This record gives sequence, C-alpha cells and structure tokens, in this order.
Amino acid sequence: MNFDLSDEQVLLREAARDALSRVRTVEAARAALEGGELPDLWPTATQAGWTGLLVDDAHGGAGLGAIDAMLVTAEAGRVLASVPLLGHLPATAILAAGGLDDATLGKLASGELRAAYVPARPGDDLSPAWTAEPRSGRRRAPAPQVARGDEGLATVDGTVSWVPDAVGADVLVVVGVEGGAPVAVALGPDAEGVSVEAAAGVYDATRPLGHVTLENACGRVLAAGEDALRRAWHLAHALIAAESLGAVEECLQRSVAYAKERYTFGRPIGSYQAIKHALTEVLRRQENTRSLLYYAGWAYDSQPSEFAAAASAARAAGGAALDFAARELISVHGGIGATWEHDAPLFFRRAQLSRRLLGGTGDAVDRLAGELLGGATPIAA
Amino acid sequence: MDLNDTPEQAAYRAEVRAWLGQNASHAPSTRGRGDEDAAVAAHRAWQRRLAEAGYVGVTWPAEHGGQGKGPLHQVVVNQEIARAGVPGILDAIGVGMLGPTIIAHGSDEQKQRYLAPMLHGDEVWCQLFSEPAAGSDLAGIQTRARQEDDGSWRLSGQKVWTTNAQFAAFGLLLARTDPDAHKHKGLTMFVVPMDADGVTIRPLRQISGEPEFNEVFFDDVRLEPGSEVGPVNGGWGVALTTLMFERLTIGAGSEGMGYRADRFAAAIASDPVAAKDPEVRARFGELATELLALRFTGYRLLTAISRGQIPGPEAGMGKITAVNGAIAAGDLIADVLGPEALDPESEWSYLISFLPGLKSAGGTEEILRNTVGERVLGLPPEPRLDKGIPFSELRAKERQEVAS
Repeated sequence: MNFDLSDEQVLLREAARDALSRVRTVEAARAALEGGELPDLWPTATQAGWTGLLVDDAHGGAGLGAIDAMLVTAEAGRVLASVPLLGHLPATAILAAGGLDDATLGKLASGELRAAYVPARPGDDLSPAWTAEPRSGRRRAPAPQVARGDEGLATVDGTVSWVPDAVGADVLVVVGVEGGAPVAVALGPDAEGVSVEAAAGVYDATRPLGHVTLENACGRVLAAGEDALRRAWHLAHALIAAESLGAVEECLQRSVAYAKERYTFGRPIGSYQAIKHALTEVLRRQENTRSLLYYAGWAYDSQPSEFAAAASAARAAGGAALDFAARELISVHGGIGATWEHDAPLFFRRAQLSRRLLGGTGDAVDRLAGELLGGATPIAA
Repeated sequence: MDLNDTPEQAAYRAEVRAWLGQNASHAPSTRGRGDEDAAVAAHRAWQRRLAEAGYVGVTWPAEHGGQGKGPLHQVVVNQEIARAGVPGILDAIGVGMLGPTIIAHGSDEQKQRYLAPMLHGDEVWCQLFSEPAAGSDLAGIQTRARQEDDGSWRLSGQKVWTTNAQFAAFGLLLARTDPDAHKHKGLTMFVVPMDADGVTIRPLRQISGEPEFNEVFFDDVRLEPGSEVGPVNGGWGVALTTLMFERLTIGAGSEGMGYRADRFAAAIASDPVAAKDPEVRARFGELATELLALRFTGYRLLTAISRGQIPGPEAGMGKITAVNGAIAAGDLIADVLGPEALDPESEWSYLISFLPGLKSAGGTEEILRNTVGERVLGLPPEPRLDKGIPFSELRAKERQEVAS
C-alpha cells in the first residue's frame, strides 16, 4: 500500500510550480479579458518536457503516466496559466498508439509541433453512439463521419464545437466514427476542407477554444483503437479536474488568508463558524478531488477497467469543488470580491467555463452512475 | 502508486486468510437479533479464538500479549475479516482505544491486571467520557470523584452514549477531581468496575428501536486506591491519547462501515427503470463520487499511517463525507424502492434510522469542522468564555445566565 506521490512526482510538481511562477499569469488572465495578449507558455512547456509527458522515450518523450500529466495541469490551474496541454496531452496519448511517422511524433514530443485533441464522447450504458460537442443546447452533435480510403488516408466530415487549444495547433487529432465504430484521424489545420474558427467572446480568456469544421477533409488514420479513444476522453476529463484542483487550492489559500486579517465586530471573520465551516467544506472537496485524481492516475496504469469511473468521479468532484471554492472566495471577500479589480472573478470565470467543457461535469456524474449501475466498472475490492 | 501488498504483507494476508478459512465456521452470525446473552457469549468466544491465533491487538507490544506489528497489519486483519463475512472482535473499543491508553499511561499493576483479559475478550471494556451536558465540549464533564483519606475515591455522576456497558467488566472514566481548577486541569482518568455498588446501566434505544448505547449512573461508587490512570488532575492528556487512538481506529477501518458505492449501486441497479432514470443517475453519481473519494482518501490515510504518522484532525473530514454520502444513498434507495425500503426487515430501514445519530457520534459535524478549521486551516478560534475561569465559577455563571 503506497497511495501517494513518488519523490519524482513531487519534484515534477515543484518544478512545474517554479517554472510557471516566472510568468505573471494571473495578471495576464485579467489583461486578456481586456483584449491583451496571453503570454506564450509553450516554450515553458517544451523546456520543462511537458509536451512529451505521455510519449515514450524512444520517441523523445518522458514515457510518464496520467498522474504526472495531472500534476502539471494542476500547477497550471493554480495560477490560471494558459498552457495548451488540455489539447496536446490527450492528442499525444492517441498518437502514441501509432499511425504517424516517428519523426512527426518526435516533434510533437519535443514541442516543435503542437497537437490538439478534437474529442468525441464515447457511448455509454444508455447509448452506444459516439457524439461530439454541440455549439449549443442539450442535444449532442454526431461525431464526425470518417470514410477510409487508400494508403492509410481517410476523409472526415463533421463539426465539433468548443475544442480546447484547437486554434494554432499543428496537428488536429479528430475522433470520428466509421460505421458507428470510433476511429481517430490526424489532420493538418491547413488541409483542404479544414476550418478552425476561434470561439469569440470566451468567458475565460485564459482558455482559447475553437470550433472545428471538417468538409471532406483528408487526413491520416491513426492506429489507436476504441479503448485508447475512450481513454483519451476520460484523460481529458481528469486533466480538467486536475486544473480545477490547483485553482481550488489557490482559492482556499487566498480565502483563509483574508479570513484571518479581515475583522468584523472586533474579531477576524475566520473565527465565525459560518465562514470557518464553509472554508472547511472547500478543504473537504479539495482533498476528495485529490484522492479521486490519485485514483484516476492509479487506474490509468494499473486498473484500466476503472479509469472511466475514476476520471469521471474526479471531474465531478473537481468541477463542483472549484465552483464552490470560487464562490466562497468571492463571499469571504464581500462585495470587493465581485469587482473587476479583484482576482476572484478570474477563478470564478475559470470555474464556470471549465464545468461546461467536454460534456460538462453533469455528463461526468452520469457517466460514473452508468459505469456503476450498468456494471461496466466492477470496482475492485 | 501501488495498492498491492508488499511481499511481507501478502504473506501475512495469506496466513490470515488461511486461518479464517479454517476457523470461520466458529464465528457467530453478523446480524444476530435474538438472545443477547447468547450472542455476546458467542462473540466473546470468537474474540478469544482470534486472540489465541494472534489476530487481536496486532499492534500491541509483545510484552502485553500483542504482536508488535504495524498498523497496516491490523488493517490486513480487518480487511480479511470483512472479506470472510465474519464479525470482528467483540471489544473493538477496548482493544483499539482503551487498552492502548492504559499501555501509554497506566501503572505496571494496571497493565498486568487488565490487558490480557481485555485482549481475550474475557473482560470487555467501555468508554465513559461523554455526558448529557458534555459531548463536543468534553472538558465540561461534571461527574465528580472525591478522594477519601485512605486514598480511595467516591464517584458520582452520569455518563451517556456508552456502547457495550451492559456486559462490560470495566470502564475507563473521565471525572472531575478539582472543580476549582480550570476546566481542562481538574480532570482525572479512572478504571471503574462496572459491577461496583452504585453503578446503574440503562439501555438507550435509538431511532431504529435497537439500544445501540447505554446511559450509566454512578451513585457514590467507591473506587479502590490506585484506580486512577495517569496523574491525578492530568486526565485531559490521557483522554487526548484515547481520542488519538480513536482516530487511528477509524482511519484504519474507514471502509469498515460498509458505505460503499458498489453496494448501493447494486440496490439501485436491481430496478432497471431506476438505473436509466436521469434524476436517479444524477443523484447516484453525486453520492458515488463522495463515497469513492472517501475510499481513496482512506488509502492516503493508510499510507500515512504505514509511515508511522498519526492521523491529524483532517481525518475527521472522512466521517463527514461518509455520513452524508450514506444519508444521500439511503434517501435515494428509499425513493427508488418506495415504502418497502422502510420495512423493519429491510437492510435499508436500519441504515436510514442509524445515520442521523451517527452524524453526532465521534464528534459532531460542527465540532469536526471547528477543529479542522482551526488546526488544519489555521483559522482563529471562536471567542471562548470559559478560558481562565475555575470550573466551579464557570458552572455558577452558566446557571445564573439560564435563570436570568
């Protein structure tokens, strides 16, 4: 029994925190809301080796696992750093299964090229259909249609909305279906029939999103099978959950600090149970999220049959935790916490948008229920 | 990250499993409602059998009859007992919390006299801390012990929420010995024979109808000289040791309460309409998230324990998650099954009735959050009106305020 980070993982986390601390990312997040340019953190990611985290070392990657990827995105989440790993890491997890030439994979690992995952939601116990993010509403969009041709090529048709980090990516890893079965295709953004439109007016300016439209677009069929494509979806959920955990920790730390120094009626507000208990609830949700992320990281390597349930639980816990923590951060600060000048709204914006990406946290809750009720996940004793 | 046993733990687990395989037929039923005396006798015999095999007091030092092993070995025993579907020991409170307190603070005579019969279940113990007017504020207890000239003590007062008192041989009791000292200073821990003159035990029935606890009255009970555990007026420190072992016991058995997502899932999935119902799925997914988090937080706790760390107050958050998750599960199952879930013979009826009390047991949610807020987050304490005042004056002030 050792359910804790290894020494190497602690070092990875500390190094990530250190690397990101050199850029004033929170200030940049506010400036970006007012139309400023976000700092380019891709060089930071490549120098730190995050770009190749999930690529094996034969291809220039680090050959690490989901937990390591989560530790990095948690640090990015803590300081609202816009590092396009949510698109890149699940994409490289798919690419690592093969289908692209070694040189290109090496460039993706080194960060010379950047990939973006264009996700499709796997079928569940209620419906086998793979679906894509719709532009609006509760009805899921059909996953892009793939038609395989000669020499490992395929054409793809369809639209996927709200894709993280799609704008500016060098390789789009699109998950579509052929005859109902999932298949991944790598496309260049400049290929004929490929359109990546930057989503306008994004609520969280640190989160660039794109709408991807494919019309008879030609790409290369990848080797990843259904299991790998399911894993990629849940990996993306786990990475969002990890980002949320980092942001929750920051919200809690700031809330506690203020609750100790702000006085009302002659005593610090943190001494009142109403405040104290709310902040312990943030802590409870934070630690529950951490435990579920460890679960997801462990399952990814050691118990793949539970990864869907674990990542979904982590996403559900993390999304709700950040919503709660961001609202408490505002409440503890009172009216000033809801003003433009304060940092709290930046975390609030992060919470609100993140909870709605890739099916949203509600979908993760339903997935977990389906895994357990449908008996798809026999939770090991 | 690795949830597997070390080779040494795996060997120990195999040994425990094999022993249980050979001996499980001697175990009493886990849900006996019938004759209590017979059930207690059977459970006592089961504890003795486990003790003789070395599976009770696994972490106790060998000189006191234990095995001198680490807490993870105790966890392995607990897990294997649960897996075999047999009950654990009769006196989990004594062996888990009170015995270790005596080992830490008791005299050599006390260790010689009490520990071996406790381990074997020959003498069951109960914990006499809480009172009707002192639970969260445990240092506010009023049960009084006065020392006589011959060194004996006279004990009067009332304790409550006392598990196993009806068949316990001894109790570990916290009493006030100096009312003129500040409230934490004038307390002393005692060993009390439960068959002494002046001890009255009354069952306290819970919502379920079953008497889970007792209330215990002490009317001028004489305690022999040397009954105190640890120093006179140093009882608060002794009590803190017991509470630390309570956290350790709860931490090592965090899955032992049976509040597991897969168990509740099976009940809901037995209704195929419910398993597809969006509202049921949303509610179940939320509570399953909590209970899975509880389980894996427990593994983090076990990892810390295995490294020799004592769980801090944050371990209490697990109880909050467990109780509220289980309440949500019971509520959902009753909504799915309908009135049948509340039938007295239903396993859910008992769970639903049991949980409201559990919310207060072992620290109320409110006091746990206070403790975590202050000791983990470092938030300032609530202003206190009982600091620096002799206990007797404090009580007089309280009575005066109530009267006015």
